Amino acid sequence: MIPGVDGFMYPNEVELQWSVLIVLYPYITGLVAGAFILASLERVFKVEAVRPTYRLALLTALAFLLVAPLPLQLHLGHPERSMEMYLTPHTSSAMAMFGFVYLWYLMVVLLLEIWLEYRTEIVGLAQSTTGLKRWIYRVLTLGSYNVSPAARLMDDKVGYAVTVIGVPSAFLLHGYVGFIFGSVKANPWWSTPLMPVVFLFSAMVSGIAAVMVLYVVCMKLRKTPIDMRCLDTIARYLFYTFVIDFTLEMLDLVHRTYESDESFRSLDFMVHTRLLFSHVILQIFLGTLVPLFLLAANQLWRYSAAKRKAMYMTAGVLTLVGIFAMRWNVVIGGQLFSKSFLGYTSYKMQLGEREGLVAAILLMLLPLVVFFVLVKLLPPWQGGKTHQA
Amino acid sequence: MDISRRDIFTVGGKLLILASVGATLRQITGAEPPSDAYRMADHWWGMIVDIDKCIGCGSCVRACSKENNVPQGYFRTWVERYQIGDQIKEVRQPHVESPNGAIDGFPPLAPTDGKSFYVPKLCNHCADSPCVQVCPVGATFVSPDGVVLVDQTYCLGCRYCVQACPYGCRYLHPETQTVDKCTLCYHRITKGLTTACCENCPTGARLLVDFKNPKDPVHEILRTNMVQVLKPYMATGAKVYYEHLDGAVR
Amino acid sequence: MLMRRLFRDSAHLIRPALVLIAGMAIFLVVRSAIIPKAFGQYGHYRPGALDLVRQHPIAFAGQETCVMCHDDQATARAAGKHAHVACEACHGPLAQHADDPAAHVPKLPDVADLCRRCHEKDAAKPRNFPQVATAEHSGGAPCNACHQPHNPHL
Repeated sequence: MIPGVDGFMYPNEVELQWSVLIVLYPYITGLVAGAFILASLERVFKVEAVRPTYRLALLTALAFLLVAPLPLQLHLGHPERSMEMYLTPHTSSAMAMFGFVYLWYLMVVLLLEIWLEYRTEIVGLAQSTTGLKRWIYRVLTLGSYNVSPAARLMDDKVGYAVTVIGVPSAFLLHGYVGFIFGSVKANPWWSTPLMPVVFLFSAMVSGIAAVMVLYVVCMKLRKTPIDMRCLDTIARYLFYTFVIDFTLEMLDLVHRTYESDESFRSLDFMVHTRLLFSHVILQIFLGTLVPLFLLAANQLWRYSAAKRKAMYMTAGVLTLVGIFAMRWNVVIGGQLFSKSFLGYTSYKMQLGEREGLVAAILLMLLPLVVFFVLVKLLPPWQGGKTHQA
Repeated sequence: MDISRRDIFTVGGKLLILASVGATLRQITGAEPPSDAYRMADHWWGMIVDIDKCIGCGSCVRACSKENNVPQGYFRTWVERYQIGDQIKEVRQPHVESPNGAIDGFPPLAPTDGKSFYVPKLCNHCADSPCVQVCPVGATFVSPDGVVLVDQTYCLGCRYCVQACPYGCRYLHPETQTVDKCTLCYHRITKGLTTACCENCPTGARLLVDFKNPKDPVHEILRTNMVQVLKPYMATGAKVYYEHLDGAVR
Repeated sequence: MLMRRLFRDSAHLIRPALVLIAGMAIFLVVRSAIIPKAFGQYGHYRPGALDLVRQHPIAFAGQETCVMCHDDQATARAAGKHAHVACEACHGPLAQHADDPAAHVPKLPDVADLCRRCHEKDAAKPRNFPQVATAEHSGGAPCNACHQPHNPHL
């Protein structure tokens, strides 16, 4: 009798291969994609109301994108060989090709867009600051100090084009992560064409919720009044996206239950036992139904600004927890049952080791530190500057 | 550069002399030419497992473990024992066990209703291997002679292949921190030996086969027996064929 | 005039492009230097990996090697029911012994455990395979008190 194992598992299946760090990775890249989509709402889809969060969303995306490879590096048996993915990428491997999608998104979309957006301020700060900061800004100018109105118009035009390319790139970024799981035919919990779509929409939900929560927190810290029109609009788009996400997840559930293939009994039992808390309570009830209700209530009835803020913040935080639970249920859940459909194992999460809980918590806090540094370096607070393009 | 007839004769003559000297020397010393006699293109390896012959002694598991220094608790091959009760009403569900991969055999089973049997398992060395498909760097591959191998100096230890294998035959080696699995004793079969598991199976339940060898018994076995691969619907091109396999085997 | 002005106002866009191109160029140069030799010769992998696997030391010599010296045991075995049981299935891996017989003297296996692993009565074993309930079979005597391991049939 192996501790933690019920029934029969193939002998090599007992130990989980992908730990909480691999739960973190799709969560972080999801926040990136979602934050960027929120930014593109203003830039491309002309939802002018969310303008106050445009720069904030871009910095959020960058902070999380920079940290995203770290859980992977900690997980690898040989992180020193990770460059091999760029040297000899296996084109049939979604994981290898994702490395290039990541690079593309980081360099050609996100960094470029941020540079174009902030160029005026960077040039100004390069001339006004002193010491180390002056050097940093001078490097960031890439040597050009042209901030004439015509040049700025050109920046807006090109920035618009970059955002237009960025929307499908963000879809690709997180859809690909979903495909990494969805294309594994050996695992019936993962293998479905819905996986990239579900990942994408849950990414959008988590990213929008993250920017919303960060916006409220930042405004509170800076003792600045919150633009309620902006917040209401973000909450509205969060609601729409959530409805689509919930529909897709329910579709997957109903389809599985109805078709009831050979894996169904085993998976159903797993959800009702080992995943009861994380799936039914955290993901579905607290993480989806409660936020949906809170957001829907604001579409049906009018509440005071204070009440709305409280409801949005509660919904936002619950959403962030719920989407993390969703990633947990996919990654960990997919390894808890045996591919023989005759048994289950348990995940013994380590504590202080390389792939342990402490590492996971630190890696979730690190993007906030990076975000703080970015906010200091490239302040996102400007009043009323709209894009001309 | 112009090559004249004279040049051809000169060079040709020299080569002829060298060749004949070499051939003579070979006959005198009786030494083998220093070329590797094993040619990958001549072989396409697989295995036949006969369920009716397996006695669950675990000799194969022990032999593999010793031949390949398999770390304790991990298995390149293992044996499962199936017990399927008589079907009365519900769905036919087997009871399966594999105590420590059957490295010490099994505790004896008292007679029960229904039936019971042993199933040895190993890497199926799939021709359309899903594990090779997902490797991001090319650390695991199908060799030209049909063996799925891992490059221990190149593997990142990402474990995507472990997730992609439908048969559960891969594991992360705790010391090398790279993925490891059955190599079909590649180091033995390329030298004319058989695998450690086939060598040590006392009943001949496991048999190494070479599909490209016209004299190999595999062709007669496949012609005269009903055979199956594990999880055929996965379409992995598995090359381990099971004789007398029950449909309940997972 | 218009073209020159257009160029002047968008010239700064060349800079990030140059950074990107420079990065890609450096990457390609570094890649060609450190990519493993002959990678891709047979497929998307390092051909040296095949040699690496083949270099693994051999632990089991194989029956044909044992028989070269121990032909009396081999003859006894060939006449009996254990004809198809490999020497090393009971005696363990002996390639080292075959290479240097004096330096590596094999230890004879513990008879009881060894015989029991195959011949203990078990419902899952094929019915025609010789198996006994060893506790009742010999009254505590070791298996080789009556059965000669190389030719066990009585």
